[in-house]
Amino acid sequence: MVDIPTFPGYATHLPSSGLLDAWNVLVMIQPMFSGPISWSVAELTRYVRDLLEGDPALQDVWVAGEVSNYTRASSGHIYFTLKDAAASLRCVMWRNTALRQRYLPREGEAIEAHGAIGVYEPGGQYQLYVDAMRPAGEGALYQEFLRLKARLEAEGLFDPQRKRAAPRWPRRIGIVTSPTGAALRDMLNTLRRRYPLVEVVLAPSPVQGSDAPARLVQALQDLQRVAQPDVILVARGGGSIEDLWAFNDEQLARAIAASSVPVICGVGHETDFTIADFAADLRAATPTAAAELATPDREELQQSLVELSNTLARLGQAMLVQRRWAVDGLINRLKLHSPLRRIQNDRQRLDDFLRRAALQTRHALLLQRTRLSGMEQRLAALNPRSVLERGYAVVSRPDGSVLHSVLEVRSGDDLLLEMKDGKIDAQVRRTLSLGGS
Amino acid sequence: MDAQLQKPVEELTYEEAFSQLEEIVASLESSQYNLDQSLSLYERGQALVKRCAQLLDQAELRVLQLTENGLTEFSEEA
Repeated sequence: MVDIPTFPGYATHLPSSGLLDAWNVLVMIQPMFSGPISWSVAELTRYVRDLLEGDPALQDVWVAGEVSNYTRASSGHIYFTLKDAAASLRCVMWRNTALRQRYLPREGEAIEAHGAIGVYEPGGQYQLYVDAMRPAGEGALYQEFLRLKARLEAEGLFDPQRKRAAPRWPRRIGIVTSPTGAALRDMLNTLRRRYPLVEVVLAPSPVQGSDAPARLVQALQDLQRVAQPDVILVARGGGSIEDLWAFNDEQLARAIAASSVPVICGVGHETDFTIADFAADLRAATPTAAAELATPDREELQQSLVELSNTLARLGQAMLVQRRWAVDGLINRLKLHSPLRRIQNDRQRLDDFLRRAALQTRHALLLQRTRLSGMEQRLAALNPRSVLERGYAVVSRPDGSVLHSVLEVRSGDDLLLEMKDGKIDAQVRRTLSLGGS
Repeated sequence: MDAQLQKPVEELTYEEAFSQLEEIVASLESSQYNLDQSLSLYERGQALVKRCAQLLDQAELRVLQLTENGLTEFSEEA
């Protein structure tokens, strides 16, 4: 396959300009076709290397074979030989690439290796620089996976519009997984930590092996029928692609898509995608992540509870302050209308009234007194004794009865004559009537 | 909500208690009630906070297993 150039015309196809220059120099010195032309080993090897590494088909190639002479150097690089019945191929995988591998083969294992053909010049060897490996047959499995995925996708089974959100507050969570696996333990621990208010119903099922798909489907359906959970977790811990293969089953994918409640799928690790993942309402990277997706977090709940509680306390405080204001306002208004105030008012009015009454009374008394003294004077003016002052006398019997006529007395009667300044005791000698009798 | 408000807090699930608490806080924030009403709402709110906190603190995850005989308690192997 590798042609060594023996004539200069070939030189026009040489990929390396360095070699071309060397060749031209040789041509100038040596007559054409006149003898063997020597390359240095390095030049030749370099030429071969350029040929191989310049062929795109050899730079992106899968090779199937059996692993032998598998060694991991102290540097971390991996060296092995891929063999089949007819040939062998030296392979190397650099340390950094090896560190990223999920799968590394063991001695004697049939594998498929992917990489680029290159030449190790000091050893004079061409070899495969491997960047990925998988167990033999996995490639076929992968093709099968892609075909199934494309078919179900075309059918609309993975349609984003079909996806339902997980309930915010699940009361019952169904779990379909192996009862003995680490996945179950991880999920239960996560649920216990995040949301222990929930009730878990486990539908046990094998998660690998030939009967796993059918048992998983059965568990999924039983769970919906018997336990009526709010959400279902379908989960399995990490493993090889064969280990996870049950989750690429078409019937399982259909059962997940047909579930009456949302299904969260958490199979394997971050990098593992299964058909079940695509069919589920939510895909979680791991079983733990699936349990997290299905539940609110207790610490967040506590946090929001504390916030609500603070808001409530603040509202209560504000409410009381507001009421207190309202009450204070009422108290002030009440004071304005207090009976005490009315009593005070009334008392004042009473005082007023009394004062005015007293005034009135004094006035009336004065008036009376004036009128009285007027009367007194008039009375005094009428006093009969006042005539005595003018020299008249009042005649009366000794018993005091006043005489008005001479006819009332006879000779010899005792009389009393009252004058201005005293009385005269007298005796009647005779009476003389004014008419002349 | 009124019927829910009558229910003793001890009978409420976390979800019910929490959402009732949210409603009470929202309505206390937005509406004017008379003193009696707002005080009783406030007291209800406090009781709900207590109920929620208690549920969160005391809850123990219950794990059941689906068997041929229906649901049975599931005990985890160590």
